[in-house]
Amino acid sequence: MIDVKGLTKAFGDHVVLQGIDEHIYPGEKVVIIGPSGGGKSTFLRCLNLLETPTSGTITFKGVDITDPKSDINKHRQKMGMVFQHFNLFPHMTILRNLTLAPAKLLHKSKSEAEAKAMQLLDRVGLADRAGSYPSQLSGGQKQRVAIVRALCMEPEVMLFDEPTSALDPEMVGEVLDVMRSLADDGMTMVVVTHEMGFAKEVGDRILFMDGGVIAEQNTPAEFFDHPQTDRAQAFLAKVLM
Amino acid sequence: MDLSGLYESLSALPVGELTAWQSFFVKFYRAWFLNDRWLQYFDGLLTTIEVTAAALAIGVALGVIVAIVRTAYAQRRPGTHNPLLAVIDFIFKVYVTVIRGTPMMVQLLIMGFVVFSSSRNFTLVGALTLGINSGAYVSEIIRGGLMSLDPGQAEAGRSLGLSYIQTMWYIVIPQAFKTILPSLGNEFIVLLKDTSLISVIGGKEIVYFARAIVARTYEAMFPYIITAVMYLIMVMAFSYLQSILERRLRASDRR
Repeated sequence: MIDVKGLTKAFGDHVVLQGIDEHIYPGEKVVIIGPSGGGKSTFLRCLNLLETPTSGTITFKGVDITDPKSDINKHRQKMGMVFQHFNLFPHMTILRNLTLAPAKLLHKSKSEAEAKAMQLLDRVGLADRAGSYPSQLSGGQKQRVAIVRALCMEPEVMLFDEPTSALDPEMVGEVLDVMRSLADDGMTMVVVTHEMGFAKEVGDRILFMDGGVIAEQNTPAEFFDHPQTDRAQAFLAKVLM
Repeated sequence: MDLSGLYESLSALPVGELTAWQSFFVKFYRAWFLNDRWLQYFDGLLTTIEVTAAALAIGVALGVIVAIVRTAYAQRRPGTHNPLLAVIDFIFKVYVTVIRGTPMMVQLLIMGFVVFSSSRNFTLVGALTLGINSGAYVSEIIRGGLMSLDPGQAEAGRSLGLSYIQTMWYIVIPQAFKTILPSLGNEFIVLLKDTSLISVIGGKEIVYFARAIVARTYEAMFPYIITAVMYLIMVMAFSYLQSILERRLRASDRR
């Protein structure tokens, strides 16, 4: 579904990604873990071109989206993204947060977009907050709304950039539950996270990124029980104490 | 006795025989009531308001265009090169530098006596100059507002598939507007007061008439105090309207 070839990214002289080749298959749940500064988030943000790659190509459903002639806005509609800091629009109600993009881009009527939004909001248990503003919600609620906002565009792949890292510990569970149920529905997911339990349980494949490369990848069972590289062993020793 | 009768009788007396209050009254009567002079102040006030409105329209239009172009240039996708945008950005940068780097008064003198030296419509030239001047400051205010917003907001908009323009229009600008409103109101007040400067090139606003009355009555205090009070009232009324607008816009963060 997403094919990455020779992806590099440098910020000035600082090389963050040094040549990544990877393929993400439809329906697959790929979990990216690794130490900070290893390029996890940059890699994820390159997938929908929030970061412009320095070199290399990204092909989404057969179209090279790194080609300047391709309409990136069209492709982004099919790639939902969830951010660490939620990035809800604070000047709009929850319902308007959810319906803005569908109404503008999917040529849906207001009532259609709202019906869809309410249905999804109900699924994450927040239908009663439709008229609230983001500042009235807890972190966990905001992140659930942010997931619904991405889902309202009916994406084919969902990108999660450390979705639980900014949350209070007691709110992590409610967000992971939503992600778990999304995974059960067969959504293609690429998740950058520090939640090892979630990675083990939901992931089909673990990518361990360190130093701007995918240092190791394997199934969760193999990766967590028998890490091959020294770097992965050292990392797991620290996080799985 | 009515006011004009009182004035007639007092002004007939030698100046030395008036009490302080009587002399105050005579001077004020000459500055305000005599020959219906108060109408002149309101003529000037009307011009002041017209010039402010015209300059504000020019300033905001210029400011928005300059700010959007310069922000778009600053936030362009790395690796892309748009020579036209680069040239326009450079021209706008020169414009802002020149306008902010020279005094308002000098700009008025140059516009009034050099660029438009053959024009007799001093008020219009004044409004144009003020508008161009204000545009430079407004553009910097707006640019600051657009750049200061959390980049995550624009990223969230773009990640949904909204275009750059849609993201600006629905997400960035409404939030930036709220943060820049106090500075924009301040700039408006500066602009309103700076209209007094156009009297140096012959623009017929309040100060112009006040000076004319001073020249005729040889008495400076009342005409200038009246002028000051008129500006003060206008600014206070505007500040009040601004605070209402700000309170309304803040509705979404208070809840």
